[in-house]
Amino acid sequence: MELSEIISESFSSLTLNKLRTGLAMLGIVIGIGSVIALISLGQATQASISSRIESLGSNLLTVNPGSSNQGAVRGASGSRTTLTLEDASAILVAPEITSVKTVSPEFSRRIQIVTGSKNTNTQVVGSSPSYSEVHKLEIATGNFVTQSDVEGMSKVAVLGPQVVTDLFGEGADPLGQTIRISGKTFTVVGVTVSKGGSGFGNLDDIVYVPISTAQKQLFGVNYLSSIALEAKTADLMTTAQNEVGYFLLARHKLSDPAEADFSIFSQQDILNTASATTSTFTTLLSGVAAISLLVGGIGIMNIMLVTVTERIREIGLRKALGAKKKTIIAQFLTEAIILTFIGGIIGIILGILTSYVISKLTGSLFVVSPGSVILAFAVSVVIGIVFGWYPAKKASDLQPIEALRYE
Amino acid sequence: MNTPIIIVEHLSKVYKSDLFETVALADISFEVKKGEFLAIMGPSGSGKSTLMHILGGLDQPSSGKYILDGKNVESLSDDDLADIRNRKIGFVFQAFNLLPRTTTLKNVMLPMTYAGIPREKREAIAQKYLEMVGLGDRLSHTTNQISGGQQQRVAIARALSLDPAIILADEPTGNIASAQAEEIMEIFKDINEKGHTIIMITHEPDIASHAKRIITMKDGKIVNDVQNNKEIRYQHKH
Repeated sequence: MELSEIISESFSSLTLNKLRTGLAMLGIVIGIGSVIALISLGQATQASISSRIESLGSNLLTVNPGSSNQGAVRGASGSRTTLTLEDASAILVAPEITSVKTVSPEFSRRIQIVTGSKNTNTQVVGSSPSYSEVHKLEIATGNFVTQSDVEGMSKVAVLGPQVVTDLFGEGADPLGQTIRISGKTFTVVGVTVSKGGSGFGNLDDIVYVPISTAQKQLFGVNYLSSIALEAKTADLMTTAQNEVGYFLLARHKLSDPAEADFSIFSQQDILNTASATTSTFTTLLSGVAAISLLVGGIGIMNIMLVTVTERIREIGLRKALGAKKKTIIAQFLTEAIILTFIGGIIGIILGILTSYVISKLTGSLFVVSPGSVILAFAVSVVIGIVFGWYPAKKASDLQPIEALRYE
Repeated sequence: MNTPIIIVEHLSKVYKSDLFETVALADISFEVKKGEFLAIMGPSGSGKSTLMHILGGLDQPSSGKYILDGKNVESLSDDDLADIRNRKIGFVFQAFNLLPRTTTLKNVMLPMTYAGIPREKREAIAQKYLEMVGLGDRLSHTTNQISGGQQQRVAIARALSLDPAIILADEPTGNIASAQAEEIMEIFKDINEKGHTIIMITHEPDIASHAKRIITMKDGKIVNDVQNNKEIRYQHKH
């Protein structure tokens, strides 16, 4: 019997009992659909956490000064004053550093800010124009600190939305207004777009001023509190960490990395910490997904077993009329493949649709991982085929008369 | 006409369970010549169905020899046996055994599908035999839309589709009304005249009387084997 004959025979068999075919397919559809939807939900959650962390800046490395040790007394981390503006510009131009895209020298300190009758204690960050690029900072109105602001040591300030609310009231337009920081008058030239977050690490509760103004006019220092670096690609993070590390060691005339007067954190470290905490959640969802796959699989198994057992008499008849064992098996296998294939595709569409609806309803990200699609599909197909084939094989091994008389 | 198409020698069939042995066939020997119309009679449990299943290659004997058209069936593989059932034997069952909710045409085409006959040819042949059994106007009816007698005629058309040497009928009229049963028997006689060997199982003497030879079985043994002349008398009554 030719393959095309077997396929058309299988199709007419499947259309013969539409309810049975429909039920078998339903098991597969639900099995595959629920797994895809659940895994998508888990991954969407993980992705949204990652994307929040990445909104701090992508491929971000931070160089912090080390602790100052005086004899046996170990000072606080970051208390050293060895990191300078020159270090930052040297990193940018050094020919041996190829993996770094942007360098942002920063000096930040909490300080009291006053305007009219209101005042607030907030973080003042001395920054260069590259800051907005490295930290993915967007400007709502006005502009960020410019190169000429840095060179001219201008007394200009860019405010975070929280600062605007604290000093000028909710939704006020502070452009052109003045604020006083440490007795000096600054003109507001821009407001940043809200990044969310709250509490001590609130990214909206920051005032940005030119780095030169911060160092010389506000705080009277010649060192930096950190240098933020953006690596060219995510793959180059480790390379960048090494290149910058060795470059600064050499620049600071240190030979032993253990003596380094700085440390470099990669954003990856933060991401790793975050994903470690979300992995518990993912494990939970995977467990639920595995259970639905199992239940779906058992459903497919049951329907397939019932379907074939119900048709043992038909198998007997087909054998009596001259069907060979392999023809019977080929037909049932083809039926199982058609069934699981069509059911699988409907299940995939339904699963993706469900996760899309969930993402729309909850406002979370819409993620479908090809891995989960393949896994769910493969498991259902294998179950469908094995449990469609196995009873058919057993039935085709029977003497035709035993199959014909099967009750 | 006188070559035996079936030779059965010392055929036995014993069903074994844990506690009992049931002898269904006990050392049976007989021959069937080409073109015969043989009825096998006997009460239920006499072994007539078992004999028929073995003759049809649907079941295997426990011991003894069965030679079908010169071939020792015992030595055949499952696939060869499937070919014999397909090509040499046409089955007519008491319960019709048609594919449900499938057209009469498709049902008749089924054995030809397994024989590898091309689709167009299958359809033409199926149509020819359905017309022969008087169902030329029921080609696209499904099996649940026609009467029992008509279903059995579809089964006969199916049995004939590959022009087999032997037609095996197991209580072919057992499930249908007597008026229709007579029509079925007329078809069988027709087929027999065209040269097909017919072996029919029945427990009804009326039906058996259509055959040219009647074997009577009891307790797994042949107790009577006679040529039948009543059949001619029956025809005179018409």
